[in-house]
Amino acid sequence: MAKGFDIRRQTGFATVAMACFVILYLPIVLLVIYSFNAGTSVAIWEGFSWRWYQTAWQNEQVQAATVRSLVIATWATLIATCCAVPAALATTRQGTFRGYTFVFAMINQPLMVPEIVTAVALLIFFAMIKVATGYTGLFYLIIAHSAFCIPFAYMPIRARLQGMDLSLEQAAMDLYGTPWRVFRRVTLPQLWPGILAGAMLAFVISLDDVVITEFVKSAGQDTLPTYMLGQLRRVVTPEVNAISTALLAISVVLVIAFFFLSRKKK
Amino acid sequence: MSDAATTRATRSRWLLLAPALAVLVFAASGPLLIVLIYSFLTPGDYGGVVWSLSPDAWFSVVMEQDFFTEEIGFADAHLSIFWRSIKLSLMTALLTFVFGFPTAYFIATRPREKRDIWMLLIIIPFWTNLLIRTFAIMELIRAEGTVNSALLALGIIDEPIQMLFTEFAILLGMAYVYLPLMVLPIYASLERFDFTLVEAGYDLYASRWRVLRKVIFPLAKPGVIAGSILVFVPSLGAYVTPRVLGGGKQLMLGNLIELQFGAGRNWPLGAALSLTLLAIVMVALILYVRAAGNEEVRHG
Amino acid sequence: MIEISEVSKIFTGRGAPFTALDTVSVTIRENEFFTLLGPSGCGKTTLLRVIAGFIDPTSGTVVLDGQDLVRLPPYKRPVNTVFQSYALFPHMTVAQNIAFGLEMLDKPRAEVGKTVDEMLALVRMTEMADRKTSEISGGQQQRVALARALAPRPKVLLLDEPLSALDFKLRKDMQLELKRLQSETGITFVFVTHDQEEALTMSDRIAVMNAGRIRQIGGPRDIYDHPAERFVADFIGDTNFLDVELLSIAGEQATVRLPSGAEAQVRAPGEDVAPGPVTLAVRPEHASLSGGAGAVLPGTLANVVYFGTDTHYHVELEGGGRFVLRQQNQPDQAQTRAVGDAVEVTLAPGVGQVLRD
Repeated sequence: MAKGFDIRRQTGFATVAMACFVILYLPIVLLVIYSFNAGTSVAIWEGFSWRWYQTAWQNEQVQAATVRSLVIATWATLIATCCAVPAALATTRQGTFRGYTFVFAMINQPLMVPEIVTAVALLIFFAMIKVATGYTGLFYLIIAHSAFCIPFAYMPIRARLQGMDLSLEQAAMDLYGTPWRVFRRVTLPQLWPGILAGAMLAFVISLDDVVITEFVKSAGQDTLPTYMLGQLRRVVTPEVNAISTALLAISVVLVIAFFFLSRKKK
Repeated sequence: MSDAATTRATRSRWLLLAPALAVLVFAASGPLLIVLIYSFLTPGDYGGVVWSLSPDAWFSVVMEQDFFTEEIGFADAHLSIFWRSIKLSLMTALLTFVFGFPTAYFIATRPREKRDIWMLLIIIPFWTNLLIRTFAIMELIRAEGTVNSALLALGIIDEPIQMLFTEFAILLGMAYVYLPLMVLPIYASLERFDFTLVEAGYDLYASRWRVLRKVIFPLAKPGVIAGSILVFVPSLGAYVTPRVLGGGKQLMLGNLIELQFGAGRNWPLGAALSLTLLAIVMVALILYVRAAGNEEVRHG
Repeated sequence: MIEISEVSKIFTGRGAPFTALDTVSVTIRENEFFTLLGPSGCGKTTLLRVIAGFIDPTSGTVVLDGQDLVRLPPYKRPVNTVFQSYALFPHMTVAQNIAFGLEMLDKPRAEVGKTVDEMLALVRMTEMADRKTSEISGGQQQRVALARALAPRPKVLLLDEPLSALDFKLRKDMQLELKRLQSETGITFVFVTHDQEEALTMSDRIAVMNAGRIRQIGGPRDIYDHPAERFVADFIGDTNFLDVELLSIAGEQATVRLPSGAEAQVRAPGEDVAPGPVTLAVRPEHASLSGGAGAVLPGTLANVVYFGTDTHYHVELEGGGRFVLRQQNQPDQAQTRAVGDAVEVTLAPGVGQVLRD
């Protein structure tokens, strides 16, 4: 069939779109490639090698930062998800209520207030607590991460709840299910994909955070991203590329999993 | 609803909200109030504050007193940073629009089952580490980076072009990291676009360009406005990208704030600058809500 | 058995308050197939949900066998609902769905299994017991929803337009099926529908609702032949409305003067209608064109429309107004009347109903 007049086509749009995809991925692809460079340069290719991954793996600072990143992300994910599930239930199941706008603004506040402002606020606030209590452990980072992870955990759970047929819960209640049993037997089994999706987003967000961590951390509490930020001031070797590639891999896997999880529900 | 039932429902609702609100008040909204208090205190000698009230911090956000002549004038250093932040953020929004609109349109006109995959390609970079993406740009444009190496090897230039640590670098980096934020809302508004409207446009003798300008663009406008805000707001408060790509030479607001808590040792000024940034962002958000509201009214 | 007295529900929210139920009182009897019939927004579903416990009434009481339900949450009420969307749990099998209510009542396992088997047999779904609810047809889902609601042996079964999602043929079958289930189980059914035909074929009694109020309660024949108000006459079936003068009234008998001047013997909704101008409702198939005893309305034939089962005659009445008659067709019946003919519409004694409004 001959090509007719395609009403959807706009001259040059496809070209710009392709350029966009290339621009989006080219720097990342180069970064990944040079993480396998045998030489010390991040621009001149000297052959394939795992050497920088080994260097990073054996670097005690990297090891400590990795463990710290994972510990914080795990706790923050748990806390944020446990806060987001009941919050999503409260804001979807019974229609709007007095104070709804306030609650919605509160939950989404970390998305609206610039990170640097929150970071500064937490620096000041936690400095006061640190002075008053003398405690300087990981709790500050965990609670700070939990707070900004809440909207990310909340959104997919809320979306899932909104897509769920309210009459299912009414049917369960009609069939003598008490509120807790209705939640456990009917709501929760259907909510799992949303909870999982929310938890994965929260984990990725926590793992990637730089600004708030940089301001809240006490001495010697570097996470992987803040460690890398520190390294960028020096001469950069492909070791940073190797760490970046590992972090990228985790994010990409989780995001793709999230994508298919949230697509299945439709 | 009977009173008892209403009371019961209200109580259970706030009980469910309690954990989230507690965490958010403790580690997000509550501390903002302390920032407000700090902005009216006197800086301590080694960071921190002295608990005596003073409007100096707010004064020095835009004004300064000359050390020798004691003359009062505008704080040119601060003002130029404000100006750079706003200018670069606007340019970032414009640049992402120029690239993002055709991309969103391209994806929205793919067959339905393939659109999700194209969108995934936009979403993946969005969810990957901002620092890593900034670092990737840095490797690309540094003196011994990929671009300069390639240009040197091809003999186009004799010595590396200084791109890193310039405003151009910051603009490039911010446009790169925030591009998905422009594509997502525009795509959302174009996805449900009814292409029979375009057919009607062509049927009534409009050219491709005119159909784009008179039919497609007005209907995609809510998405464009949303995308511009989504790009402008984080650009204005950007910290990582200007720090890595500006290299401490080209400061933006975020870096100026950080400076007050580090080498500057002026926490009250840092607090006042933070609140100024917050105020600009809030004004932008309110303008957006107004604009979005008007659009809604106009389209019924 | 269920006594609903003075129940009102006013929804407040953004905008003006909306009165969904306006001091509704009705008594539903034991073992009855009771239908709430009305257009959408008339309050019928709200009333059903008040009985089920999903909506708290603003005022009034709902008493079931001497127990006030209004204070009870839905899970403590001995009533079950068949939802319009069926609301089958998608993560459970057919049998698990049916067992749900019994499990929530903490019945012993053996009893649950036995009842589920009985219910599956009752709705003829035994072979489908282990299917997922997404793997069965709409009609089968409907039957599972019924079995699930019947399994805990509720005192009352509430059905919220359960047939509206089915196609025409299936709907006819399910109407008979529902009637059978009701007589076999002996459970009181409260059925909500906007479909007048459904209401007429299935119900023991019908309550016609409009704008949050019950307009008339009665058996299907009663409601169809003797509508008490203009809304009821208009909503159910087709009706001719004539402006007449009420001359006298005696019990259910009334004498009216037709626009043609003739006096007709018709039915009255009670003695509380005052003599004077009233509206008379006449069903199209109750009047006749072929003479006989009764009051006469002369006119001209304006249109004849063939409908297969019957033929409609549109008559332009002398002195204004239109009257539509309906006559059953016979095979190869010759059409003897033509447009423009002078005709006489005859109302036999007892045909025609004086309306309250």
